[in-house]
Amino acid sequence: MQVNESFRPTIVAFCCNWCSYAGADLAGTNRLQYPADVKIIRIPCSCRLNPLFILRAFQRGADGVILCGCHPGDCHYTTGNYYARRRMTLLFSMLDYLGIERERTRVEWVSAAEGAKFAETMNSFVETVARLGENKRLEDLRCKSE
Amino acid sequence: MSDMVEIVKRISGVNPRKCMKCGKCTAACPAYDQMEYHPHQFVDMVETGRLGELMESKGIYMCLSCFACLERCPRSVEPAKLIEAVRLAVIRQQDKNHLKPEQIPPLLDLDLPQQAITSAFRKYRK
Amino acid sequence: MQKIGVFVCWCGSNIAATVDVQAVSDALAREPGVVFSTNYQYMCSQAGQEMIQSAIREHGLTGVVICSCSPRMHEATFRRACEKAGLNPYMVEIANIREQCSWIHKDKATGTEKAVILGRAAVAKVHLNAPLTAGQSPVTKRALVIGGGIAGIQTALDIAEAGFPVDIVEKKPTIGGKMTQLDKTFPTLDCAACILTPKMVDAAQHENINIISYAEVEEVKGFVGNFSVKIRKKARFVDEAKCTGCGLCTEKCPQKKVPNEFNLGLDQRRAIYIPFAQAVPKVAAIDPDYCTMLKTGKCGVCSKVCTAGAIDYKQQDEIIEREYGAIVAATGFEPISMEKFGEFAYAQSPDVVTSLEFERLMNAAGPTGGTLLRPSDGKHPHTLVFVQCVGSRCDGGEKGKPYCSKICCMYTAKHAMLTREKYPDTEVYVFYIDVRTPGKNFDEFYRRAVEDYGVHYVKGMVGKVSPENGKLKVQASDLLGGRQMHIEADMVILAAAIEPDRSARPLATMLTASMDTNDFFTEAHPKLRPVESPTAGVFLSGVCQGPKDIPETVAQAGAAAAKVIGLLARDYLTCNPCVAESSELMCNGCSACEKVCPYGAITYIDKEFRGPNRTTLVRRVAQVNPAVCQGCGACTVACPSGAMDLKGFSNAQILSEVDAICK
Repeated sequence: MQVNESFRPTIVAFCCNWCSYAGADLAGTNRLQYPADVKIIRIPCSCRLNPLFILRAFQRGADGVILCGCHPGDCHYTTGNYYARRRMTLLFSMLDYLGIERERTRVEWVSAAEGAKFAETMNSFVETVARLGENKRLEDLRCKSE
Repeated sequence: MSDMVEIVKRISGVNPRKCMKCGKCTAACPAYDQMEYHPHQFVDMVETGRLGELMESKGIYMCLSCFACLERCPRSVEPAKLIEAVRLAVIRQQDKNHLKPEQIPPLLDLDLPQQAITSAFRKYRK
Repeated sequence: MQKIGVFVCWCGSNIAATVDVQAVSDALAREPGVVFSTNYQYMCSQAGQEMIQSAIREHGLTGVVICSCSPRMHEATFRRACEKAGLNPYMVEIANIREQCSWIHKDKATGTEKAVILGRAAVAKVHLNAPLTAGQSPVTKRALVIGGGIAGIQTALDIAEAGFPVDIVEKKPTIGGKMTQLDKTFPTLDCAACILTPKMVDAAQHENINIISYAEVEEVKGFVGNFSVKIRKKARFVDEAKCTGCGLCTEKCPQKKVPNEFNLGLDQRRAIYIPFAQAVPKVAAIDPDYCTMLKTGKCGVCSKVCTAGAIDYKQQDEIIEREYGAIVAATGFEPISMEKFGEFAYAQSPDVVTSLEFERLMNAAGPTGGTLLRPSDGKHPHTLVFVQCVGSRCDGGEKGKPYCSKICCMYTAKHAMLTREKYPDTEVYVFYIDVRTPGKNFDEFYRRAVEDYGVHYVKGMVGKVSPENGKLKVQASDLLGGRQMHIEADMVILAAAIEPDRSARPLATMLTASMDTNDFFTEAHPKLRPVESPTAGVFLSGVCQGPKDIPETVAQAGAAAAKVIGLLARDYLTCNPCVAESSELMCNGCSACEKVCPYGAITYIDKEFRGPNRTTLVRRVAQVNPAVCQGCGACTVACPSGAMDLKGFSNAQILSEVDAICK
């Protein structure tokens, strides 16, 4: 398929409730623009994210998935983001092995005070994913209802 | 010279940024009076890129390699290793500071540490 | 099938300006399960809330989706409103179309499209929501303070004043801790005993405080509000109820050669002893390692002289089991061992002392009666060298501690100043790396030592101390003066780094409270929750959390007490209902969840299940304690069999949101 100029990626952002979701709220409060392609799902902690959720998102047609959590050492639950980091490292090596472009997944630490960082991160991530084009490798066409 | 700083850091394995300038190395140094620069200054001079002055200094050959500074340093900076690396750096500069064996006897000084002399003989014997 | 109501808020023009709210409510009305959909100017207003409530009643809604501002803003408001209308508050979901949509997108078409998708995700989630009820657990109205130093005493006094009973567990025969050993306190130079001992007496006499001295915590079970603790009260071979503290036994005991730990081994005591004159409780204790009677069965002098008949050679350790609602760790510190610092000759010369030993040498109740005398020959010292940062600010590992011990700069200035004040004929040198004096009147104090008392502060470290002919040859470097110094000193005083008490690590394991690499307790949040441990119901007081001076310790002790009072004042604790839950049928008993849980909320039990042909199977399954679980969800991902799930954020709920967004 040709890369369409007007291609808009579908991006799922998982944000932990205590830092990154609040950071996203702050980006909004400060009216910092980032593309509407990003849809945020609130989870209690980055360690709640099962890597399989990311595979499911790809399967259902997401073009990029990003996980945002508290900075290492700042986790509301003390150690959650360390677990998340390890699990995501494993997931990344598996995605590498499968041949999924590495740039389609990302982990970022965004604190509740970093609205600007949240917006910047989303802008750069959307740009990266848009350049990669549509995710074809993991998409499961049987899941496409229409 | 900045390349040289990197080389000195690499062959010594010393990270001069770890130094908190407490001066315990200098306080422990038995060759203090013989040197114009002292262990805590070695570290500072490498850190601030003033390696040239250090390499030209005769004081670096007064270091006995007794490792008192290395042993006592609370931050594990290990100045003795640094000074040995500076001495090596001087030797590695070609056509400079090379002694011929016949030049050495007049330079002999009873106060000079034996280790420096024997290592000089070993290095310049050819 | 749920009957879902969708309410789209305009938020004045905050949302309505960039999102077509009518289009959103129309689009969401076509979603499966949505029976009612509307929009209104201010959903959070009284009128808006009433609109939601009447819709719940009229249409029999079982789930509500509100497209509005961030759930961090008004989730609680809407949940309360729905609860009043008879809907379970956890059947409400918020789609954040303000902070995460209308405010960041300028184009109305884009904003509307995104708002619809976010609303759809929320609708998809509500379909899988289940009513949740916040559980309640009762609170035992009694607190346990572990450690009877100034931190523990202050915490206990504050809690007791609020009317709650407190037990102090102290491992030594008396409370008081390190502060009892100090001479004067900086920067005001008031005597430590004069300000501490009245507090010790207050604690002993307070009707709500029960001091369990010479005892250690052996086991902690339970969770916030409901701890069950086993305390081992060590045998002191003296009946506490009978002993009057007259001290006759401590004078008559023939075993005189016991190093006196209160004076840090600078003098000797008897095998039966009262640690010091103002001890609380003032009850003697027999040291079983030295008592001839306990070791050989022949002596019994103390028993003969005791008119109260308090001596009991057959006393056994006693186990006390009690319930507590809150636990405060106040285990304090120890100075580190000086043995690794051979260059300072601490082991070679008795005239090289630590600062705490110097406190005893200056103290009127100390081994020299307050006259500064050299431990080696009892002569008056003329030249004193203080060395700072001994074992502090090292790069870790063998050499010492990576942190700054915080109190040394100030007490060294105090020692130097007091020495010069009492003995103007002395020369006092202080070798420092940096002088750190952040605190009220601290820098003024240090400057006074230099300017008014003529203490020689030298930037640099001591490299070597060698005992020679009854003197201490000190070789040091004056970095700012650029000279090597050789001082013939009479005494060298080492400002030893402090480290957490050795009992803290096993205690932290018992409490499932986390610790840093230096064995200091970790706080729940380094800035905002500094006196709470991440483990609910466990609080921190004093140096066990990090190096502190006395005023800071007292302040933190009071703060910890306030937190404890806040907890004990409640009859019941409402638990967060969004907690993990394990399916017993799917659990394979692997313990993966137990290992990742930061709160120790997961335990394993052996449970009987029905097997085939009327047999019973015993299987090991995980159980989550909902009062302890904080709902982070780490266990849900660790679980290999998918038995563990998180209420309110279940796998199915999150996946339904993913599907809705990716459609």
